[in-house]
Amino acid sequence: MQVNLKPKKFIERIDWLMVALFIVLALIGVLSIYSVEHRDSDISFFIKDKRYVKQALFLGVSLFIGLIIIFMDSKFFTSIPFLGYIIGFLFLLLALTPLGKGVKGSHSWLNLGILTFQPGELMKLFTSLSIAKFLSMQEINFSTIKHRLICAAFAIVPAFIIILQNETGLALVYFSFFLAMYREGLPNIVLIIIFSVMALAIVTLLLPKNILFIVLTVIALIFLYVSRKKLKRNKEVLIIVISIWGFGVLFSQVLVPFAFKHVMQSHHIDRIYSLIGQDVPEDYIKLNKSGDKIKTGTSDYNVRQSKIAIASGGFFGKGFLNGSQTQYNWVPEQGTDFIFCTIGEQFGFLGSLLLIGMYAVFLLRIIHVAERQRSQFSRVYAYCVAGILFFHLVINIGMTIGIAPVIGIPLPLISYGGTSLLTFAVLIFILVRLDADRQMVLR
Amino acid sequence: MADFTQNRSNYIRIFFVAIPFILIVRLLFLQVFGSGGYKDAAIGQAVYIKKIYPPRGIIFDRNNKVLMNNSVVYDLVIEPSKVKADFDTAFLCKMINVSVQDFDKQIKKQILKYGAWQKVFTIYRNLSPTTVARLQENLYDFTGVDLMEHSERNFTEHCGGNFVGYINEISKEQLELEKFAGYQKGDYIGITGIESMYEDVLRGQPGVQYLLRDVKQKIQGPYKNGTKDSSAIPGKSLQLYIDARLQKIAEEMMANKLGSAVAIDPNTGGILAFASGPSFNPDLLTGADKSKNLGNMLVDATKPLFNRAIKANYPPGSTFKPITALVALDEGVITPSFGYPCGGGYYACGRRIGCTHSGGGHAANLSLAIANSCNAYFCHVFRLAIDAPKHGSTHVGLERWHHYMNEFGLGHPIGIDIPSENGGNIPDSNYFDRVYNKNWNSCNMSIIGMGQGEILMTPLQMANAMCIIANKGYYYIPHFVKSIDGDSTHAKLGKYLQKHVVANIADSAYNAVGYGMMAVVDQGTGKIARIPGIEVCAKTGTAQNERMISGKRVKLQNHSMFVAYAPRVNPKIAVAVCIENAGYGATWAGPIASLMIEQYLTDTIAKSRLPLKKKWTKRKLFPIIHLSSTRLKNKQLETKK
Repeated sequence: MQVNLKPKKFIERIDWLMVALFIVLALIGVLSIYSVEHRDSDISFFIKDKRYVKQALFLGVSLFIGLIIIFMDSKFFTSIPFLGYIIGFLFLLLALTPLGKGVKGSHSWLNLGILTFQPGELMKLFTSLSIAKFLSMQEINFSTIKHRLICAAFAIVPAFIIILQNETGLALVYFSFFLAMYREGLPNIVLIIIFSVMALAIVTLLLPKNILFIVLTVIALIFLYVSRKKLKRNKEVLIIVISIWGFGVLFSQVLVPFAFKHVMQSHHIDRIYSLIGQDVPEDYIKLNKSGDKIKTGTSDYNVRQSKIAIASGGFFGKGFLNGSQTQYNWVPEQGTDFIFCTIGEQFGFLGSLLLIGMYAVFLLRIIHVAERQRSQFSRVYAYCVAGILFFHLVINIGMTIGIAPVIGIPLPLISYGGTSLLTFAVLIFILVRLDADRQMVLR
Repeated sequence: MADFTQNRSNYIRIFFVAIPFILIVRLLFLQVFGSGGYKDAAIGQAVYIKKIYPPRGIIFDRNNKVLMNNSVVYDLVIEPSKVKADFDTAFLCKMINVSVQDFDKQIKKQILKYGAWQKVFTIYRNLSPTTVARLQENLYDFTGVDLMEHSERNFTEHCGGNFVGYINEISKEQLELEKFAGYQKGDYIGITGIESMYEDVLRGQPGVQYLLRDVKQKIQGPYKNGTKDSSAIPGKSLQLYIDARLQKIAEEMMANKLGSAVAIDPNTGGILAFASGPSFNPDLLTGADKSKNLGNMLVDATKPLFNRAIKANYPPGSTFKPITALVALDEGVITPSFGYPCGGGYYACGRRIGCTHSGGGHAANLSLAIANSCNAYFCHVFRLAIDAPKHGSTHVGLERWHHYMNEFGLGHPIGIDIPSENGGNIPDSNYFDRVYNKNWNSCNMSIIGMGQGEILMTPLQMANAMCIIANKGYYYIPHFVKSIDGDSTHAKLGKYLQKHVVANIADSAYNAVGYGMMAVVDQGTGKIARIPGIEVCAKTGTAQNERMISGKRVKLQNHSMFVAYAPRVNPKIAVAVCIENAGYGATWAGPIASLMIEQYLTDTIAKSRLPLKKKWTKRKLFPIIHLSSTRLKNKQLETKK
């Protein structure tokens, strides 16, 4: 942390590295979309209806809004979170009503006449601000369970609504707020429980029900046998072991099958099973209205095509505008979720390394910026931004190379999409604005 | 600030570096090490390798007349995976004039032949131009249906089917052979004749074009700007010795006869005409119904596809007598003035061997004996040659004779440049040892001297023997191809440029035989072959033939043979004509040979002889086809039904 005796000029206090990284990554995005949409037969660069032109426009709008944010008072951002959260939440609910617009089976878009946007994207911003606000309030003690639950609720409630909107990927992003909470002192045991539940979920999918039941019981009995001396002294251990075993059995025998049969849709199940490399069991294959089995398998095709495109880039890549896979529509969702293929194919391993490196530098810079804040608000907010960015980055690139489930979240700043770009621009520029006032204590 | 939070910010930093690092490691394996095989999958998917077929070599006759060229034809191909649900099969079938049932049948046939996993099926081949025009207009209605262009062979002069041969799609069995390593399924390959023998020069070199295609299989442009492409090299053209007009006349006259007519230029060994009867329209070997036509011809009892000129073994009959004479002259057992008192038969070996002449002095010297085709004379002379005292034994004498025959290109395939040539038969002492239990003498084989008995020759060998006599002692292996792309010394033609000298027989012997053969035409058995102003040397032959049919020895109608060369001085053409089961050599084969000589030497046929030509063209000389016992039974069963 620097301590300056003389206050610096405003311009000098702006973190130009972050601004530069934002602009460079967004420009890479425009060029990537250009490489997808460009055809040799095109007469000029500026063709209406081409996505790269739209994306460039969105970038312009984003920069303009960024500029406005830079010149706003940083106290504004500490004053609006809860109000914004409520408004955002109302938008989120509105998307569920007939006002919402369905796109590809999800119902997460809201059409407000002049503009169409995803409230779920916007809500990321208000959730970040609200969590930052909540944790920085003087009367809040994050070491109490009650306040921890409230804080978690800020993230989980919108996530739940978004799941209802059928945008599982976007909902999962809200779990990235736990990163900020971890930084602020969320105990390790919470994370251990979360990971255990996830491990149990995966094992449930991999092993047949009966075998899993036997395995769980055997583990519990072994545990009881090992700690038999403790048991004599303390009956609580017995209760804990039995309740964990009970939860495990309930989870694997009842909850998961129930969720797969009645809650999740066939494409979710498909994606989950394709992630762990298993065929969907007969029991979980859904029937459509006419009684036929729904066969999706599209995500598998997407990932295969994506992997082919990326792998064909080799070490140096095929060169800009020479991507045979990405230019000729081999990879579905080329401009949006699978935009990373264009970089992988055209610029190869070297280009991919550079891009991921830039993101890593961006993330580390945000952490660096976060840790130099005097106010807890700014710090928590920065961690929220870092968490969102990180989650998007890892899951998106992971899914294009087949090591993460295909849950349809964009690559930050690069994927085509106005709402996404704008949300990240606002998130980042607010951070830049807050950072410019890092000597102040904001509440 | 508590300590643990500082630690946690470091943990988060480590986390932020470690997880992207995992992504990078995964990318390293995917992109650099190519694990999972995804790296090469792109080539197979987005790069479409288009084979460009070069035009097959054109075949010319000796006067630069095109015998065979290529024409572009279209095949209807269908890609079932792309066919949409609203595919109007009935409409498509209507446009190509087939029934829907037939269409389905063809598809099933293709699936049976190549397996259901094939991407593209060729349903109909060689569509007619009107069908193609109609289809092209409506093709956009049928996704998954396409017209594939390829070139088809085209007999421009409508002759030469029996030696040019045909091409067909390469078979599965051929594809497995090492010598066809450069071929792929669907490639065409020469199956018989020149097409097969000169496959490597005629085919040319297919080119490869690498094209990029999008997810809808639409071609988007060249791959890597076409730097990896290779252009197709057209097949080389062949010039033949064949004279198209002569060939046509030969084929016309052989149309309704079993047998063959071969004409060779003695100076080069180049084949001028090569007809096998019954000759057929070569257009049957090309076009859409090719396989059907081939099937029909294969079951035809007259066996039009059996190339009699190189595959049929005949007893040469009297046409062999000049060779008997040459051997005897060279062995020194006779002189041209040697005579034999034939009184209508040869009795020296106890059994009578008949002679058609009985008049005194018809075999007073060699020339007369040839002219009158005296059987007794040549049986005697043959015996003299192999019994010559200088050999010490008949055994050695026969071996010596066998050696002469070998030199004359008999008893083994000569080496013509089309496949599946037969070699005839020349018996040797081993054969007689076996048959007569080592107890034999010249009497057992005296009829060989007159071209009967164990001796068998192909018409090509007869014609080649004429070349040797015409050339006075040498020959070139008979062959079709004069030059490959104008190069007459091409490596493939090397063996046909070698002069084969036969046994160093003296010119005087050839002269004597030559005069005898001229006398055949002037005053002897072959007067029919007389052409005004040209000294034609010829020999007739009437070969007896017996065959075992259904276990019985049946004497069949004689084969009619005629060999000739002309003119006597500086010969330009040697001819051998055989007509199976026709009768006298002079009567049936003679006119054909004579007309061919006239056509070649005078470039036309005299008006006075045109009726003869017409008559011989129309003449049907099919023998009664003797069916084997099993086929007879089948036929009876059929008629009962």
